[in-house]
Amino acid sequence: MDRLVIGGRELKNRLFIGSGKFADERVIRDIVAQTGVEVVTVALRRVSLSGDGENILHCIPKECVLLPNTSGARTAEEAIRIARLARAAGCGNWVKIEVISDNKYLLPDNNETIKATGVLAEEGFVVLPYMHPDLYAAKELERAGAAAVMPLGAPIGTNRGLKTKEIVRILIEECSVPVIVDAGIGKPSEAAEAMEMGAAACLVNTAIATAGDPLVMARAFSQAVAAGRLAYLAQPGERTEYARASSPLTGFLGS
Amino acid sequence: MGSFYEQIEAYASFDFAGFLGRVTPRQVDLVLKKDFLSPLDFLTLLSPAALERLEAMAQKAHRLTRQHFGRVIQLYTPIYLANYCVNHCLYCNFNHRSDINRRQLTEAEIEREAEAIAATGLRQILLLTGEKPGKDALDYLIRSVEIVRKHFTAIGIEVNPMDVDEYRRLAAAGVDSLTIYQEVYDRSVYDRLHPAGPKKDYRWRLDAPERGCQAGFRAVNIGALLGLNHWPSEAFFTGLHASYLQNKYLGTEIGIAVPRIKAGPGNYQPEAPVTDRDLVQILLAFRLFMPRAGITLSTREPAELRNHLLPLGITRMSAGSNTAVGGHIDDEADEGQFHVSDERSVDEVRQMLIAKGYQPVHQDWHSLA
Repeated sequence: MDRLVIGGRELKNRLFIGSGKFADERVIRDIVAQTGVEVVTVALRRVSLSGDGENILHCIPKECVLLPNTSGARTAEEAIRIARLARAAGCGNWVKIEVISDNKYLLPDNNETIKATGVLAEEGFVVLPYMHPDLYAAKELERAGAAAVMPLGAPIGTNRGLKTKEIVRILIEECSVPVIVDAGIGKPSEAAEAMEMGAAACLVNTAIATAGDPLVMARAFSQAVAAGRLAYLAQPGERTEYARASSPLTGFLGS
Repeated sequence: MGSFYEQIEAYASFDFAGFLGRVTPRQVDLVLKKDFLSPLDFLTLLSPAALERLEAMAQKAHRLTRQHFGRVIQLYTPIYLANYCVNHCLYCNFNHRSDINRRQLTEAEIEREAEAIAATGLRQILLLTGEKPGKDALDYLIRSVEIVRKHFTAIGIEVNPMDVDEYRRLAAAGVDSLTIYQEVYDRSVYDRLHPAGPKKDYRWRLDAPERGCQAGFRAVNIGALLGLNHWPSEAFFTGLHASYLQNKYLGTEIGIAVPRIKAGPGNYQPEAPVTDRDLVQILLAFRLFMPRAGITLSTREPAELRNHLLPLGITRMSAGSNTAVGGHIDDEADEGQFHVSDERSVDEVRQMLIAKGYQPVHQDWHSLA
């Protein structure tokens, strides 16, 4: 049985989605209903904690894991405060750490992320840190208590695909916690590629939210992620540089 | 330490007219193929030749904006706290010499004004005042921030330039963004339009956004008041200024606004009018030069034009604006800083956004102050 368990929760669907760029957040409900997506990340900065006005939390079905993220945090300290705010507001104890102090490329700050992960894991949060793919940082995050690591495939929002493939492959090889590819994935085929490599899950936001038809694109991603996972489990045949003839020319020599 | 002033100086003898006149549509096509634009690529997009490629620029600007910001638009509105002003800006209704009713909101009035705005659903606010020298003015502003904090999740200020310590005090009180327009980057035009008052000091104003970055504001918005001077060089220096700040202060969100001046007190008319087409070209060039920068569009522009400009790169709009002091609580208050052309209510703007496939965003940050 192929199981992905994070924070004690078993997840059947390995596509995680973001929520920040939709024209109408209510489409999230349709996506969840049609794909079975179980994890939705929400920027706490956009959530009205006073409970008034429209609230994105109303658009996240109860059966989903709400993954509040610390988008907007520029330091570990800000990320920690945002995470605590989220939990106090009833958003559960999962948190995706995002610490970004680079407004040009939006690259995550691994050092600050490691600090925040340590403090929040200690406080009982299920911590999923968004990171720049780097083996030492990933191992530090593991030691700090991360429930998974979330390396970027390409700079966030770029839809450029799995540009960090070689390093993500090493993280998958070396990490004992699940590796979830987050950011940069632009097409379902790229999500499938990450999954074939052994990624535990993919988080996709921009490619779905800014597609012509977000709902159909979410279905495409969900299927691609599932197909990639199946292919990984099926252990693809070895790729060779030359044709492998079924009637070898040297067969007459016997073995 | 350096200053953006050095970059302006570097272009002191640059022949803008000559450069712009020599650009060909073919060069514009090459720029449109690039991911990263140099300053001269940006200037290429501000040339007459680029007008022939306006639609291609619009398509790319739209695509980049959707990619980086999604289908969302931030909404905010200004609160004018006071219109006493010691400056003599020839184009501004709050000009020291203007014969208007002067007023500074009391604490109770600020509270009521904030409540009236909060009732519309808005959670992001921009506080404005004229320039009044002395320590009391800063204390008053800080007190105002403390009053409105209860009602809003993001507070910006658009006031006279200050030093880093003053900005730090405001940030500590809960201000997260600074908006300060240079008005006009051309030194001689600046001197002519600001004949008296502390605003005469070009350098002090020019370096204010940088001091804001140093003080730790989350966001700093800059701009030139379009119409005061021939626009291509003004738009160019605005973009260059934004890029300078973003490269130097990666942690600060640098944004741009494209305020266009129509008319001012005493029959002041813009000396170098900017047409709708010019405005579109400026907007598109900004977006292509700085794909991740926020771009603000105010109610200075009429409703229909704002609807059309929306998909071209705008990320932030004001709504339900009233530029008079006490404008939300007092029907008599009618002498605003400038004429609001888009008079739609917050709800009407919100409905328009939804109809056009955008999510109106009222909150984008929790104050941790």
